[in-house]
Amino acid sequence: MQSLSNRAKQIDRSPMNMWERMYLPAIVKGLSITMKHALKKNPTIQYPEQTRPFAPVFRGLHVLNRDNEGRERCTACGLCAVACPAEAITMEAAEREKGEENLYREEKYAAKYEINMLRCIFCGLCEEACPKDAIYLSETFAPANYNRRGFIYGKDDLLIPNPVTEKEAYEKAAGGRVRKEVTVTADK
Amino acid sequence: MSDTPLFKVTIDNITVEVPAGTTILQAARQVGGDVAPPAMCFYTPLEGSGGKCRTCLVEVSKGSEKDPRPMPKLVASCRTTVMDGMEVKNITSDRVQDARAGVVEFLLLNHPLDCPICDQAGECHLQDLGYEHGSSGTRYEFQRRTFEKHDLGKYIQLHMTRCILCYRCVFTAAQVTNSREHGVLDRGDHAQIATYIEKSLENDFIGNVIDVCPVGALTDKTFRFKNRVWFTKPVYASCDCDKCCGEVTLWMRGDEVFRVTARKDEWGEIKTSPKTGKTGWICNDCRFEKKKLSQWKVEGLADISRHSVIGQGKYPLLEKSNETISKVLDGRKPRLLMDIHSVSEVNRPEIDLSEINGPATSSIFKKQ
Repeated sequence: MQSLSNRAKQIDRSPMNMWERMYLPAIVKGLSITMKHALKKNPTIQYPEQTRPFAPVFRGLHVLNRDNEGRERCTACGLCAVACPAEAITMEAAEREKGEENLYREEKYAAKYEINMLRCIFCGLCEEACPKDAIYLSETFAPANYNRRGFIYGKDDLLIPNPVTEKEAYEKAAGGRVRKEVTVTADK
Repeated sequence: MSDTPLFKVTIDNITVEVPAGTTILQAARQVGGDVAPPAMCFYTPLEGSGGKCRTCLVEVSKGSEKDPRPMPKLVASCRTTVMDGMEVKNITSDRVQDARAGVVEFLLLNHPLDCPICDQAGECHLQDLGYEHGSSGTRYEFQRRTFEKHDLGKYIQLHMTRCILCYRCVFTAAQVTNSREHGVLDRGDHAQIATYIEKSLENDFIGNVIDVCPVGALTDKTFRFKNRVWFTKPVYASCDCDKCCGEVTLWMRGDEVFRVTARKDEWGEIKTSPKTGKTGWICNDCRFEKKKLSQWKVEGLADISRHSVIGQGKYPLLEKSNETISKVLDGRKPRLLMDIHSVSEVNRPEIDLSEINGPATSSIFKKQ
């Protein structure tokens, strides 16, 4: 009968001869394969100590961005929430008061901003929708947790460290990469 | 009315019959769809509006049956009446599309790019126009005209920076309310909608200037920054109001009424009330004070265009589904392992944003 893939091999079930019964050539053949692999470079990455570099398009945990003066960029426009296919993002907006100009970039800001990481599918549509460069998907994984409550990420979890007041933490988070100086005056 | 002759007009190769005295814009709206030119300043219920923004320019390729010469220049369709046998080109004319793109560029010269902040985003006519005709960049190199934001009374916020000087609100204030307290001050680039010496607008119907504004220059302060338009669900409701027709659209989220506006038709104009037969202007009490669902009689879902962002992610239903779990469990309630309010900071039950009389500020969200 013609086999479907044409790759079927007929098995020879005839009794082994003397030479084959000694198993010596088979052992040598097997050992040579082992030796070949023993001399090869080890492909295993010792994960917690070593890490594999992320691809440039990797989409990981979200961060909420600040501008160079440390003001929050998000204006709670809701475009990320409306773009989100998993409906993971919710927010509540507030008006900036006098004296809060160093905290928020524009007259409206996200007083509350939440991403439900249980819902999030890390598609990156929020990043694409954002008109203010406020939300980015970083090169980190969402850490595992035994509780569901650990996956509701608020603004405290998402905001990057302030580059003015928390300089060290900011540089550590940026991972040695210097952000390009972009000076765009905020619209009034 | 019966003795008004009917005129045959052909707009973009579609022929309609309209009574004499109809403008090209109204005739095109009878055809509907893309054929109707956009209008930023013309507003049917307002007498004398139109002719300012020039977005409704159309080409008249044949003047009339008796005088078939084409009109030499593009004409403003909101102010030009039809003639018998007139042929009009709107979307079929490259000249019109080109001119309209130019008009949009001019309208956007001084308009700030603050749609992410603006409460009108999602129902803004200039936004629609910009998407359709505007280019993504601007060629303007100079400082944009800016104004300080301004309170018109305790309910209305004026962002003069966003204003395109369509004069609709001025006509509304003059025609709907009994007294005219605001108008356009200064000239040219400095022209601005303002009240003299911070005079607040106290009239009962002044809230209608918010509905009339095609951009986000005049916005509802009781709705300011509370929610985006496309997250709220428009619902038709009515109440017995002795001042106005009481027929409104409620913009709701869950059971919270975030905003109350008049009912608008597909052109963004306030509908004629079937009860009174007049334009359905609503009074300030209905618009700003009645933010509880118990004060309204819900009539049904508002009509939303299938292509509008306002219909995004919503079920076109008003009924809530029945909770069947307790029936199945013989009256016992399910044991919830996590109450979302114990983790989430958003939508906290003790904060009712719709009840606050202005924009939320940082003090409202502080933990009590």
